Amino acid sequence: MGQKTVADTIKEVTRNHLTNNHGLLLGESITAVGWVNNTVPDCPGIVELPMTDVAGAGIAVGAALVGRRPIFVIRFQDFLILNGSPLIFYAAKTKELHGKGAPVFVRAIGADGLGPVHSGILHSIFMHFPGFRVCSPMTPGEYEEIWENFLANDDPMIVSEHRVSYGNTQELNDRIVDNADITLYAISSVRFELHKAAEMLEEEGIKCNLVHLLWLKPFVVTERLTEPLLQSKKGVVIDPGYEIAGASQSLAYELNQATGYKVMALGLYDRSKCLCPPLQNKTPDAARIFDTVKILLDE
Amino acid sequence: MRSSTFGIVPDLSNIINQDISLEIFRRMCRVRYFEKGLIEAVKNGTITYPIYLSSGQESIAAAMSLVIPEFMIFAQHRCHATYLSFGGDTERLKDELFGLPGGTSGGRAGSNCIQCHEHNITMYGHHGLIGENVPIAVGAALGSGKPAVSFFGDGATEEDYVFAAMGFAVSHKLPVLFVCEDNNLSILTTVDVRRSWSMTNVAQALGMPAVDIADDPWTIYRKAQEFKNTLPAFMNIYTCRENWHMGTGTDGKPEWDRFNLVKEECNKRGLANKICQIEKETQDQMKELWDKKPLQILSKR
Repeated sequence: MGQKTVADTIKEVTRNHLTNNHGLLLGESITAVGWVNNTVPDCPGIVELPMTDVAGAGIAVGAALVGRRPIFVIRFQDFLILNGSPLIFYAAKTKELHGKGAPVFVRAIGADGLGPVHSGILHSIFMHFPGFRVCSPMTPGEYEEIWENFLANDDPMIVSEHRVSYGNTQELNDRIVDNADITLYAISSVRFELHKAAEMLEEEGIKCNLVHLLWLKPFVVTERLTEPLLQSKKGVVIDPGYEIAGASQSLAYELNQATGYKVMALGLYDRSKCLCPPLQNKTPDAARIFDTVKILLDE
Repeated sequence: MRSSTFGIVPDLSNIINQDISLEIFRRMCRVRYFEKGLIEAVKNGTITYPIYLSSGQESIAAAMSLVIPEFMIFAQHRCHATYLSFGGDTERLKDELFGLPGGTSGGRAGSNCIQCHEHNITMYGHHGLIGENVPIAVGAALGSGKPAVSFFGDGATEEDYVFAAMGFAVSHKLPVLFVCEDNNLSILTTVDVRRSWSMTNVAQALGMPAVDIADDPWTIYRKAQEFKNTLPAFMNIYTCRENWHMGTGTDGKPEWDRFNLVKEECNKRGLANKICQIEKETQDQMKELWDKKPLQILSKR
């Protein structure tokens, strides 16, 4: 595979947009300390916003309304709580209400283990509201795909990035095996734990299908998603966000409805993420995926 | 501080061209009599959706639309006056209020979300979070380089994102005119109950020209002409809404009646016959627009 990382890809896409496509990039402290994990190029078209999380998003939406297709960078997804207001209430509604889109590309960056205010994964909130496209690219090829999708449509897009992906150069492909016992569907950073979980399960004689989920909304239930489940008859959707009313539960329900087979949801526990390790409430890792599958198969 | 005469520049109605005065009055009439028909339609039960009336506040948009017709418009939720004064189509507004496909947003948005992208008007609909249109207007000016006007109420000035967006406009020298249609009421809570500070002082502290004036249209016209060349700028305009925050109800007489004050001023300037004619013409047009028979048909649909 190539050596281009996800970070390189983001930087390349951005540079092209700003220099050749009359694009804009807006965000807070963009050009400080590492240029957002080395994902932002040094070129014209970057607007440093003051530390104003609601107005900043509104300014980005305004730029979208007049055709600049802004990239709006949110350094930690937790800040979507404030920034969400103009995105949800204006950008996502305007096309349906008024027939005019506000295509803003929201780079919402996820992380883990950084305590209660820098470790959130909040893409589920945006799946709830009409008008958004929501995705979580973890590979260079996926990032190029979602960028093309953004340019081809006029919807606001929530791009749930994750720091763990920035150094990745590899594509992550589904793995379907004969006579699988379980199908594991993974979202965002969980995808990097999937093979390890499968190895642990296989040591116990449990065969796993592995399916990678890029698009959270629209979530189109294709044969690529249902066929492995129809074969294994049981599945788990794993997400680094909260489980209750989250992406894992929502997509598990969709898959269950499409196939009639039981699909569990696995995400964060219903408690705040804390700083110290025992209370971090971290992204489900291979061990937790292993335990969940064992419980499901033992039923 | 707040009064019908606050900050009025004397004798402007005499100085400003009479054609301008008559056009201001024509636009005020357009709003006033459109809404009279609308109020009747609500009372008859032919319109059942929520409505937000501009009556009492007409002079602001009427004067402003003559100074900055080319600006991108980011209206507040109380936006009928803005739409009609800047040249919006009465039929399309009526259809929108009925939820009909011919409406300004195909009947999907309603009274507080009116947009217009025709007849050289660029007006974006409000979505109901007060003051949301301030940062969006700033972003549109940033993105396009074109001038924008953002209308909002005295309640919206208290939203933190309004300050921040106005500050950003100063930092980036963006061509945005911020206009507060200050009717002193958030639902029914008055400004003095809600805050002890003046938005005009805040705007000046941010570094933009700012002024407090009453809704005398000649003063608005003159100040807007001045500020148009020194953007970003802020105008806080004291005005009175006649009806409730939402719907057709009233709580007695407003503090002042600008519509009649403008008529009196025009009469003093020898324009009595002309304004009578304008008023009559507009009443007839709006009567035709709101003709009861079509209304009943629409209602049955």
